[in-house]
Amino acid sequence: MFTPAFFQANEKQETHFHTIVNCITQSMKTQIIGRSYDEVAICFFNTKEKKNLQDLAGVYVYNVGDRDPLDRPTAKLIKDFSCIEDSFMDNIGSRYGITAGSRENTLYNALWVAQALLRKGYTVSKRILIFTNEDNPFGAITGAVKTDMIRTTVQRAKVLLAFLQDAQDLGLSIELLPLSRPDEEFNMSLFYADLIGLDGDEITEYLPSAGEKLEDMTDQLRKRIMKKRRVKTLSFAITNDVCIEVNTYALVRPTTPGTITWLDSLSNIPLKTERSFICNDTGALLQDPQMRFQMYNDTVVKFSVRELSEVKRVSSHHLRLLGFKPLDCLKDYHNLRPSTFIYPSDEHIFGSTRVFVALHSSMLRLGRFALAFYGNPTRPQLVALVAQTNKPKMGGVLQKIIMQIHLYKMTHICLYSGQVESPGMHMIYLPYSDDIRYPEEVHLTSDDAPRATDEQIKKASNLLKRIDLKDFSVSHFANPGLQRHYGILEALALGEDEMPDIKDETLPDEKGLARPGVVKAIDEFKASVYGENYDQEEAEAASAKASHGDAAKKRKAITDAASLKSAAYDWAELADNGKDMTVVELKSYLTAHDLPVSGKKEALISRILTHLGK
Amino acid sequence: MHGVLQEIKNICSILVHKKLVYNRSDEVGIVLFGTKETCNELAKELGGYKHVTVAHEIKVVDEGTSQALQNLPAGSVPGKVLDAIVVGLDMMIRKFGNTKGKRRLCLITSAQHSLRDPPEGTKEDQVDTIADQMKRHDIKMECIVFREPGVHHGAVMEENDRLLYQFRNRSVAKVVQVDSPTSLLGALKTRNVLPVTVFRGDLEVSSNLRIKVWVYKKTAEEKFPTLKKYSDKAPPSDKFASHEVKVDYEYKSIVEPDKVVPPDQRIKGYLYGPQVVPISSAEWEAVKFKPEKGVKLLGFTDRSSILRHHFMKDVCLFIPEPGNTKATLAVSAIARAMHQMNKVAIVRCVWRQGQGNVAFGVLTPNISSVNNVQDSFYFNVLPFAEDIREFQFRSFSSLPLSSQPTEEQQEAADNLVKMLDLAPPEREILKPEFTPNPMLERFYSYLDLKAKQPDANVPPLERCLKRITEPDPDIIDQQTPFIQNLGKAFELKENPKKKKGRTQDRLAYTAGDQSKSAAEPSVEKDGILAVLYPPTENIGEIRDLNPVQDFEAMLAKRSSSTWVQKAFEEMQKYTTALLENSRDGDNYHKALECFAALRKACIIEQEPDEFNQFLTKTYERLKNGDVANFFQLLSSKNISLISKEEAPDSDVTEEMARSFYLKQEAASQ
Repeated sequence: MFTPAFFQANEKQETHFHTIVNCITQSMKTQIIGRSYDEVAICFFNTKEKKNLQDLAGVYVYNVGDRDPLDRPTAKLIKDFSCIEDSFMDNIGSRYGITAGSRENTLYNALWVAQALLRKGYTVSKRILIFTNEDNPFGAITGAVKTDMIRTTVQRAKVLLAFLQDAQDLGLSIELLPLSRPDEEFNMSLFYADLIGLDGDEITEYLPSAGEKLEDMTDQLRKRIMKKRRVKTLSFAITNDVCIEVNTYALVRPTTPGTITWLDSLSNIPLKTERSFICNDTGALLQDPQMRFQMYNDTVVKFSVRELSEVKRVSSHHLRLLGFKPLDCLKDYHNLRPSTFIYPSDEHIFGSTRVFVALHSSMLRLGRFALAFYGNPTRPQLVALVAQTNKPKMGGVLQKIIMQIHLYKMTHICLYSGQVESPGMHMIYLPYSDDIRYPEEVHLTSDDAPRATDEQIKKASNLLKRIDLKDFSVSHFANPGLQRHYGILEALALGEDEMPDIKDETLPDEKGLARPGVVKAIDEFKASVYGENYDQEEAEAASAKASHGDAAKKRKAITDAASLKSAAYDWAELADNGKDMTVVELKSYLTAHDLPVSGKKEALISRILTHLGK
Repeated sequence: MHGVLQEIKNICSILVHKKLVYNRSDEVGIVLFGTKETCNELAKELGGYKHVTVAHEIKVVDEGTSQALQNLPAGSVPGKVLDAIVVGLDMMIRKFGNTKGKRRLCLITSAQHSLRDPPEGTKEDQVDTIADQMKRHDIKMECIVFREPGVHHGAVMEENDRLLYQFRNRSVAKVVQVDSPTSLLGALKTRNVLPVTVFRGDLEVSSNLRIKVWVYKKTAEEKFPTLKKYSDKAPPSDKFASHEVKVDYEYKSIVEPDKVVPPDQRIKGYLYGPQVVPISSAEWEAVKFKPEKGVKLLGFTDRSSILRHHFMKDVCLFIPEPGNTKATLAVSAIARAMHQMNKVAIVRCVWRQGQGNVAFGVLTPNISSVNNVQDSFYFNVLPFAEDIREFQFRSFSSLPLSSQPTEEQQEAADNLVKMLDLAPPEREILKPEFTPNPMLERFYSYLDLKAKQPDANVPPLERCLKRITEPDPDIIDQQTPFIQNLGKAFELKENPKKKKGRTQDRLAYTAGDQSKSAAEPSVEKDGILAVLYPPTENIGEIRDLNPVQDFEAMLAKRSSSTWVQKAFEEMQKYTTALLENSRDGDNYHKALECFAALRKACIIEQEPDEFNQFLTKTYERLKNGDVANFFQLLSSKNISLISKEEAPDSDVTEEMARSFYLKQEAASQ
């Protein structure tokens, strides 16, 4: 929602209008990846043209294609909206604020339209965002008309809020994203403070935070947002008599690029997969077979599916406490899969939370983790339950996931009040003895293994101090592969010509490593461990290797022998007598010509023929 | 030692069973020592080597091998460890000479009897001679020393231990000491996997400093074997029938269900909002993320900034390139500096050229405590920003007083934590390193049993495997007062509102089983679960034949939360289609069932909105159409909105739910 003022007043490179269009476009691009089920509507107010169901003047609901006005964003919406600037003045146009003569209160109308749009959807959270650079929408009129208009508009907003709360919405908010004009700051107290219900100190604090919000919307990490949903509810048997209820949540899981839909490449129509079971011996079509077998001692041993699941059920409880161990018994290599978070629940068993809280605080205080057996039906496993306090997250700055668009509906709310690690316990899946390998013992030396001297360790310590990542937090690093995937998808969907350039945040900071202090530390360490002339020696060794290394020699010998051998055959006639030659003979040709030697005989022949140019 | 003969039999049998499944051509021999009789080649040829019996000559594993393990005699004579090693070694050398292959000796002993002095030289010299022989023939030895806890370590035992460790120091053996039957079962590697490097190359600290390293897997889950589907179609007379089932996938167009689309005409598509964006693999190959192979260091950071629960996958080990002294020193220096300063290193790894993504993780020092093992690093994968889900939970301090423990309760919990201690000094119980996988142990013994008796039932879990899944009754007995205190201090009761119906339906809790025995209710529970959510193979779509069952199967597949959402969506789609295609109410019954199932699931999943929204939408859209009378049917069956009483998250009052159809009608008129 913009007043037209900045089209004329603002002759800078980037108009306010441009900023906002850009911001909304970016925000929708993030939304379509992160929460593509959220719905959005865009509506301009104070426009020349009108387009809305209520047929109110000065309000234009922007839409494309056969989309509902409030619906999931589509590629077309994003694409068309991003170039709206070119056609805006022709198709929609804007007016000079609310004038005394017109008697039309466009802001009032806009709120009215918004209410109608938001009627859709039941028990969801809704959000209205107003973008404007006009701090005094009723500035052009005076007197009783003005007070009357202000009063009715504010009233309208209040009614709107009340209406939506009445209809059992999870939450509704009206937010304002003000843009200042170049010569003066946006004056909240003139009108908008009343509209969104701010007073006193809140007004002064509002402006800077609104500015941040705008920035956040434009520059966000594309991240799929998961709904908070418990994975399972487990009964946790602490002793034979005390059995409590806990919910499990997946707080850390690798994100995948998303599901693949197979399409017909000619028509782009989705395909469906049909699975059929065919008997290998008779070729008969089977219904889903219920028996399984395992070859054992060269005989077939049959199992029913039920028997197998019974074998896997080794525990009578979901989660059974075995005892406690000090935290240092949990080694760095005791890990197999991402951990699962558990949090107590009183839903079915009253008092569960209390037991859990008591245990949690004892474990924290005594520095212990609980060892428990998790009787998961697919892989029953020993788990370590590590208590977690709700301490602030390391590194502090988290990706702010704030998504706000004009009229905006979300299926859920994310609250970001104080970024903290959640209190509860983390369930870490422990390996069994058969899962642990001992690669360090594969290459044993007969003598003692060399150990670093104190001097070398000192140099290494110095190196550690120099290359220190301050405020490290995993949330600073986006997955470059995934971001690239999203970028490509976006470019293809929106028909952009250029592939996006995604910054790989996981690469080392070359500039930082080139700082003289760091270089010096590295050089000192290197000299102390590798000796002064290491680079030179290495270079010599490498060149020696390259000219007459053993491996190189051997390879050359093989190639030579092969070319000698292959010369004995008349390869031109291969097409006719290829079938008569042996694979070894065929391979000699391939080796001689540095071609891959893998594949079946036919593949080899065809490869040779291709090489011969036939 | 005699007390654990059963476990020794078990562990050796599992070794043989696994070989019968995975390594059919491996050869195994069995030597017993401390037996009354003497039976070995060396004794016959040279004399001496008394009380060592070859129970099974080295040959390819078969039925006989596990038979030989069935009746292990309890020895009556002090066993001489070195004699047994020599006999075993001699058998191997005789049988294989210098042929290539992996050979290992596994020694299980209590090593508590004095050894005879060799005819010449000392025992130490004898060990050296044996070790040299082993090295020459490339034979590795695993010694498992079992001693009951609390056994007094006399001079003899210490000497024996010293001799065994001398083998280790000569780099031909690995020695582990265990003290419980359970850990004895875990002490022997029953399936040896040839270690393969994940990566060989440089650990790049900077462009100027590269350390040559090899990377191996440190942990890797040993999976339950994938059993093949069995086909009984082959005639019984066919002796060579494979009984295998081929699974065939066909891709068919939605528009023309009879036409099969050939593989080269298929193209992958990804969802972008509501639409699917097709991307050909060639196109994809050209633009996708292609990082360069290599391991680069980003920097070092405090250990405390890495959270233990962020470790994502199985663990790798970075060892310095074997034989490269400089690299060994560099790794050692950095690892020790990290250890002293309590720091870790952050690295970015691309193991192979052409890998589609990078692994981002943390190196932690692994300081070797054994002289001939190099220092190394553990590598754990860390999550990316996208992988962390920001769910909020109430902090415990902000919970209402009714959920906070009293001082007395807190004390009871403290005592429990102190008393149920699994790691008294020097004696950690249930170490992952020595804990066998009870599921796999049970499977392999069942497999062997079934091979003999095809209709055998699943055997119960063995006693020492039970120690893994349940607390040790001995410890429980010792600590009874504390455990009872805990029970007394806290009062747990079932939520009366939730007691009936779905509590049991969904969770089938063992919660109320305080008085009952532990195993019994869970059987019942699983029964209910199995009925409610029967395991179905074709999970993932709702088919016409049995929509409600398909839906429930999808819900039951709780491996990922997306299934729940998907199940809801599929069900809604299906139901809508049913109604829209209904002629004269022929689909009403089915649709009614679907509505009921969806409603029930939404209550169970605490997703009342999902159903309420769906019902409202469907009603709004169809109430004036042909199927309007369907809603009367729904109304008569009391299928209305989900009210607050049924699901706390709902904002619909009971009153509103009851009057839903009435009100809507009134509004529409």
